[in-house]
Amino acid sequence: MPGIRQFSGNVFPLNRENVDTDQIIPKQFLKKIDRQGFGKFLFYHWRFNDNGMKNEDFPLNDEKYQGASILVGGNNFGCGSSREHAPWALLDYGFQVVIAPSFADIFYNNCMKNGILPIRLSHSSVEVLLENATNTNYELSVDLEEQVVSDEEGFHSSFEIDPYWKQMLMNGWDEITITLSYDDQIKQYELLR
Amino acid sequence: MRPRNIVEKLWDDHVVYQENGKPDLLYIDLHLVHEVTSPQAFEGLRLKNRVVRKPELTFATMDHNVPTDNREVIEDQVAQTQMTKLQENCTEFGIELADIHHPDQGIVHVIGPELGLTQPGKTIVCGDSHTSTHGAFGALAFGIGTSEVEHVLATQTLWQSKPKTLQIEVDGTLGFGVTAKDLILAIIAKFGVGVGAGYVIEFTGEAIRKLSMEERMTVCNMSIEAGARAGIISPDEITFDYLKGKRHVPEGDDFQKAITKWKQLTSDEGASHDLTLKLSGSEVEPQVTWGTNPSMGISISQAVPAPHHYDKKSEQEAVQRALDYMGLEEGTRIDEVPIDYVFIGSCTNSRLSDLKAAAEVVKGKKVQSGVTALVVPGSQSVKIQAEKEGLHEIFVEAGFQWRESGCSMCLAMNNDIVPPGKRCASTSNRNFEGRQGNGARTHLVSPVMAAAAAITGKFTDVRKLMTVYQ
Repeated sequence: MPGIRQFSGNVFPLNRENVDTDQIIPKQFLKKIDRQGFGKFLFYHWRFNDNGMKNEDFPLNDEKYQGASILVGGNNFGCGSSREHAPWALLDYGFQVVIAPSFADIFYNNCMKNGILPIRLSHSSVEVLLENATNTNYELSVDLEEQVVSDEEGFHSSFEIDPYWKQMLMNGWDEITITLSYDDQIKQYELLR
Repeated sequence: MRPRNIVEKLWDDHVVYQENGKPDLLYIDLHLVHEVTSPQAFEGLRLKNRVVRKPELTFATMDHNVPTDNREVIEDQVAQTQMTKLQENCTEFGIELADIHHPDQGIVHVIGPELGLTQPGKTIVCGDSHTSTHGAFGALAFGIGTSEVEHVLATQTLWQSKPKTLQIEVDGTLGFGVTAKDLILAIIAKFGVGVGAGYVIEFTGEAIRKLSMEERMTVCNMSIEAGARAGIISPDEITFDYLKGKRHVPEGDDFQKAITKWKQLTSDEGASHDLTLKLSGSEVEPQVTWGTNPSMGISISQAVPAPHHYDKKSEQEAVQRALDYMGLEEGTRIDEVPIDYVFIGSCTNSRLSDLKAAAEVVKGKKVQSGVTALVVPGSQSVKIQAEKEGLHEIFVEAGFQWRESGCSMCLAMNNDIVPPGKRCASTSNRNFEGRQGNGARTHLVSPVMAAAAAITGKFTDVRKLMTVYQ
């Protein structure tokens, strides 16, 4: 997994609260046995009408958001099912960063395990970003090392992230390899039980 | 020692390694596996030549996409591939599997407790968000993603930050005709779908203590719908009575020793929580959700709300979007809304007591014409027991379909799908857009409320049926 330190990209604003993982990737696409190719099913029933044609009312289909790599969403983003297919779909579609006032716990973890950076910003900051990105191309920069989100117009907001996860994301480390180096401790624990 | 709550005790018991600036390395006692969220995890192991560290602490079944009608011929080849893959993976890595034809097969959160794999004091994970169900036994149980499934398979541990604890205290007693499902729906309607984010919920209070184990499972099951990865209830005599004699539970003296140990898990007198919320059990009425997330719920006597009842613009928009999707007009009384489908099943409400309660309502009556009604037992064991008690006959005579066990219409990964625009009274846990089928309109209710809706063809206060026919 490649590490992520500095990142710039265009914003896709999804001004909805409680976006659940059933919307991010509907269940009929969960039957694959690999991790690839989920991007085309991202937000499937919002992006496409029942006849399979693009739903022009859903902003992700808008020309100006093509190539967006930072998703800005509402409260409790990623709630519901634990399906890791949700971050797989986001990543495969091209999203590297998701910003929201709050995330569902399982989704938040699943993002980080896949090199997607989930960023919690205050409600007021998220509102500014949503507004800035509505109807226009809007580029944001994310600096994980400094823990800052900024734009060229003067928006500047710092964010919190667990130092452990920050290291993991910046270096793109494989967590299992790290944990296996604690084999002695795990064995010790198992012996004492 | 400072008084600790049950979550803190369980946590301390399972820390393998602790270091400043890192999450704790937590040992996992039981790992439940199913066909949908595991293939990529096993593939990950294979690619790196890794083994499953503790196959004996791992147990697998097939539930999400299994057909519930004809099991001899699996029409869905993609689903079949996932099932075959799980079989191969379990054989290769030495994991016990209850496959589609096995007598232990069932929804993973139904069979864990049934087999006695679920026990107080254990840490339990599964690649499924409703793993919170097992917290009913005083276990710390939570859903994980596929990367974490792979991590547990390889190491039997997870790096976890200690969660905050939220106490939800329910005093009093639930009224006549009011179930554990109504209680948890009322909790979510009152406090919201995000209230538990970052927390483990400990359910306490008189009304909780009076619940049976199956009712406690219903409550803990939907903790995730309040945003909490886990819900937990301290074990007591009701827990021990349930566990006695279950296959994987210690016997004789060992059982007595286990009870002594389990009793110590109970939150200490004076233990604190990061947040406490309260609700009176006697206030809860039978619930029906009207919208597209589980907090959009009302009592059966109430009307569907209007967007202008809400303060925030984002809420008003969400309510309007939900009304549009659900095909409902603001101000409509929910007990005037007709239904097309009834689903009694899912890891929330497919246990024997759920089916018994629903059968009691259905007995001697007929499903309203035009309504398609399904009963899907949670496990083969539930199905067999229900048939011994003649419940299937009551359902079939009334016009219900009686099916094989699985997740079925809760998430419609198999052929059990609610068609677009159709309205379903469902005992499951999620009313998200498209959850039961693209364009399907889901209303979450208790098993008895689902049974009542099947009989009358619309949402109905089950207490009225119970009074009339008693």
